[in-house]
Amino acid sequence: MNTTIMLFLLQDGITNGAIYALLGLALVLVFAVTRVILIPQGEFVTYGALSYAMLATGQVPGTARLAVAMGVVAFGLDLYAARRALRLKPVSRSAALNIVLPAAILALTYALAGPKTPIAVNIVLSLLIVAVIGLFLYRIAFQPLAHTSVLVLLIASVGCHLALQGLGLVFFGAEGLRGPALSNAAVTLGPLRFTGQSLAVYGLTIAFIVGLWLFFGFTLMGKALRATAVNRLGARLVGIRTTLSGQIAFLLASVIGAISGILIVPITTLYYDTGFLIGLKGFIAAIIGGLVSYPLTAVAALVVGCVEAFSSFYASNFKEVIVFTLIIPVLLLRSLAAPAVEEEKD
Amino acid sequence: MSQRMPLLIFTAIMAAIPFIPGVPPFWIVLLDNIGLAALVAMGLVLLTGVGGLTSFGQAAFCGFGAYTTAVLTTAYGVSPWLTLPLSLLVSGIAAVLLGIVTVRLSGHYLPLGTIAWGIGLFYLFSKLEFLGRNDGISGIPPLSIGGLRMLDPGTIYYVIWIAVLISALLTMNLLDSRTGRAIRALRRGHVAGEAFGVQTPRAKLLVFIYAAVLAGLSGWLYAHFQRAANPTPFGAQAGIEYLFIAVVGGAGYVWGAVLGAGIVVILKEVLQSYLPYIFGGQSQLETIVFGILLVVLLQLAPTGVWPWLMSRLPFKPARKIPDTSLELPARERATSTTSVLLHVEKARKQFGGVIAVNDVSFDVQAREIVALIGPNGAGKSTTFNLITGVLTSTSGAISVLGNKVDNAPPQEVVKLGVSRTFQHVKLVPDMTVLENVAIGAHLRGHAGAISSMFRLDRADEARLLAEAARQIERVGLGEQIDQLAGSLSLGQQRIVEIARALCVDPLLLLLDEPAAGLRHMEKQRLAALLRQLRDSGMSVLLVEHDMGFVMDLADRIVVLDFGTKIAEGTPGAIKTNPDVIKAYLGATA
Repeated sequence: MNTTIMLFLLQDGITNGAIYALLGLALVLVFAVTRVILIPQGEFVTYGALSYAMLATGQVPGTARLAVAMGVVAFGLDLYAARRALRLKPVSRSAALNIVLPAAILALTYALAGPKTPIAVNIVLSLLIVAVIGLFLYRIAFQPLAHTSVLVLLIASVGCHLALQGLGLVFFGAEGLRGPALSNAAVTLGPLRFTGQSLAVYGLTIAFIVGLWLFFGFTLMGKALRATAVNRLGARLVGIRTTLSGQIAFLLASVIGAISGILIVPITTLYYDTGFLIGLKGFIAAIIGGLVSYPLTAVAALVVGCVEAFSSFYASNFKEVIVFTLIIPVLLLRSLAAPAVEEEKD
Repeated sequence: MSQRMPLLIFTAIMAAIPFIPGVPPFWIVLLDNIGLAALVAMGLVLLTGVGGLTSFGQAAFCGFGAYTTAVLTTAYGVSPWLTLPLSLLVSGIAAVLLGIVTVRLSGHYLPLGTIAWGIGLFYLFSKLEFLGRNDGISGIPPLSIGGLRMLDPGTIYYVIWIAVLISALLTMNLLDSRTGRAIRALRRGHVAGEAFGVQTPRAKLLVFIYAAVLAGLSGWLYAHFQRAANPTPFGAQAGIEYLFIAVVGGAGYVWGAVLGAGIVVILKEVLQSYLPYIFGGQSQLETIVFGILLVVLLQLAPTGVWPWLMSRLPFKPARKIPDTSLELPARERATSTTSVLLHVEKARKQFGGVIAVNDVSFDVQAREIVALIGPNGAGKSTTFNLITGVLTSTSGAISVLGNKVDNAPPQEVVKLGVSRTFQHVKLVPDMTVLENVAIGAHLRGHAGAISSMFRLDRADEARLLAEAARQIERVGLGEQIDQLAGSLSLGQQRIVEIARALCVDPLLLLLDEPAAGLRHMEKQRLAALLRQLRDSGMSVLLVEHDMGFVMDLADRIVVLDFGTKIAEGTPGAIKTNPDVIKAYLGATA
C-alpha cells in the first residue's frame, strides 16, 4: 500500500468518523439526560437526509405530515394527563406547541416546496420537520416511561425504531435517494482533494463537540440537564423541570441527527433503513466513550470511521463484521476497567 | 397433582389439533412457527425476565444451530438426528465465548453488546463462502423416523411441540430449584446472592448458555422444517422480535413465552395479509404496528399478557408446605486456630480522599453479642462490607477463626460461617418468604442445574426447604411463609433477612440495623431471639441506632465516629464515656 492510498483511506475514514462522532455525541447527550439509549437516532438521520433530498426534487416529504400526526397524539396525551384540571393557559400552550407548530411547518413546506427552492430553505425546512418529530417522540413514547429502568426505556426505544423505520419506507419508498451538495467548492492539498461538503462535515462536528462541552460544563441549563439524568426526583426537588430537560435533549438529538443526514446524503445514497446501521456505528463510538464522555466519543468515532475505511479496502466483504466485532474487545476492556456495580432496580 | 393438570390438558389439545377435520394446513404451519418462536422466547424468559440480562441477539444463536445442521447434512451427509447434539453444542460454545465477554457487563452495556454482535454475526453468516453467503444453504434433508420422512408441516409439528413442551418442563423444573433461586435472585443485583455463596458470574453464564441452547434447538428445527437456511431469519430484526415476544407474553413467565409467540406470530400474519389492503401495496408495514404496540404495551402493561391472564383465573395454584421433619446436615466447619471468632486489625477503607474506615481494630469472641454504634456516616456499614468481602479493604487485616479474609470474595467469607443482613433490605420481592430464605441455605445444598432440570434434586431440595421453613418458624414468621417477600412490611422483611442468614448455619451473624422499622413488642421478640442464639453458641455483631435496644442486649459495644474507633467497652462504660457523649450530642454536652 502506498502513502496516497493510505491518505485517501484516512480521509474517507475521518469524514465518516466525523459523522459517527456527531451521532455518538447525540447518543451520549440523550443518554446522559434521559437514560434513553436512542436507537431511533438513525431514523433522525434518514428522515433529515431523505426529507432534504425529496424537497430538492420539489416534493413535500411525508415526514411533514407525520409531524402533524404526532403532534395531535402528543396534544391528546397532554389533555389526558391534565384531565382533572383543564385550565386554559396550559391547554392553549400545549395546543400551540403540538398542533399549531407542526401545522405551520407543514403549511410552510407546502408553500415553499418546489423544484427551484434554494438549498438553504430546504435545509431549514427538513431540520424543522425532524426537530419537531424528535420533540414529539419524547412526549409520546418516553415521557410516560421516564421513571422506569434503562432496560424498559431501551426496549421502548427499539419499538420506536421499528415504527419509524417502517414509516420511513412508506414516506420514501424502497429506492435510495441522493441530495444536492451543499457547496461545490473544493480545496486541493497535495494528493488529496477536500470538497466543501467534507470541510462542512469537519467544521460542524468540531463546532458541536465544543458547543456541547461548553453547554454541559459551564451553563446552568446544561448542569440542570445532567442533574436530571442522575436523579429525577432530586432534580425536581431543586426546581428543575425534568420534562423540559428530556424535550431539550431529544430536540438537540433530532437536530444533530438531521444535520448529519443532510451532510452525508450528497456523498452517498441513503435508503430508508440506512440510518440504523449508521446510528449503530455512532453507538460503538458512544459505548467506547462510556456513554458519558464527549471528547472520548469523538475520538472513538474517528477510530471507527478509519477501521471501516481500511477494512473496506482490505476485506470489503467483512467490513461490517469487523466494525461490529470491534465492540467486543471494547466491552471487555470496559468490564475489566469498571467492575459491575450494584444497581438498585425496579 | 393439580399442578400437572393444565399441562396435560394443553398437551392433549396440541396433540389433537392436527386431527380436527377441517383445520387448514396453513394453521399447522402457523403453529409450527409459534413453537419455533416460543423455544427462543423461553430462553429469553429465563435470561431477561428472570435473570435480568437483556439480549437482542438470540436470533444469532438460532443461526448457529441452523447452519451447523445445514452444513453437516448437506456437505457431509450426516444424519439430522446426529447433528442435533452438535447444533446444540455449537450454539452453547458460541454462548460461552460471547457470554464470557458480555455477561460481566452491567446494566445497559449488555443489551447494546448483544445488538452489536447480533448484527456482526448476521453479516458473518451472509459473507462466509461455506455458509452459502446471502443465498444460504438449501436442500437440507428432512427429519425422518424409520420410513417416515417429515416433509410436511403436519408431521414436524409433533417434533416441534414435543421440543417446546419438554423445554418448558425442564425450564420450570430448573426455576423451582436451588440453582433456580440463584438465577431468580440475579435480577435484584449480585450482592445479596454472593453473600450466601452464589457464584453470580457462573449463574449468569449458565442462563446465557441455556437460552442460547434453546435458540440453537429452534434453529435446528427451523432448518429441517424449512429445509433451507439463509441469513435473514437470524438478523438483528429477528432478535428484536424475539424479545418483543417475551415482553408481550410476560417476560418472567415460561408459559408467557408460548402465549407471546402465539400472539405475535398470529398478529404478524394478520397484519401482513390485511395491512397492504389498507395502505396499498407496501411491504414491511407490520413493523410500524409492532413498534407502536411495543411502546404502548410498555406504558400500559409492562408485565405482559400472561400474568394479567393468570390473575383473572378463578383458581389459585396450591402452594407446597415443606416437611420440616427433614434434617439438613450442618455446614462443614472450617478449621480453627484461635478462640477469637472475628479479628479486625487496623482495617482501613478509602474512597478517593474520603477515609470511611480509619484503622479500626476490634474482636468478637465466641458466644458474644457485640454492637457497632456511631452517628450516621461513621463507617459502620462499610466495616460490615469489609468483613463480608463486599468491599476490599485498603489496608489492614481481617480474619475469621484465624483464617485471613481481607479481600476474600463474599462467597469464601460465608463458607467460614459469617452471614449477614443488609441495611437496605435485599430480598427478591416476587419470590415467597420461603424461597427467599432458602437462598441462605445455598451452600448447604449440592444439586446442580442439570439434576434440577430432571428433578433428580428433590431429596436435596426438600431438605433445603425444610431448613428454610424451620428458620422462618424460629424468627416467628411461620404465618407469612407463603407470602411474597415484597408484600411484607419493612420490619418483617428485615426479620426474613435474619431467617435467611440463619440458614447458613452461621457462627457469626452480622445484622445491619435489624430493629429499624420494628414495633416495641417486635423489638423485644428480636432481642429474645438474639439472646437465645447467643446462648446456643452463636455470636452476633450488630449495627443499630436504637440505644435502648443496644444497651439492653449487647455484651460489648464498639463506637465509631467518622471512621475511627473512639471507644469500646460494656454498655455501662459506654454510656458514661465522655468521647461517646461528645460524638452523639456535640461538644458542650
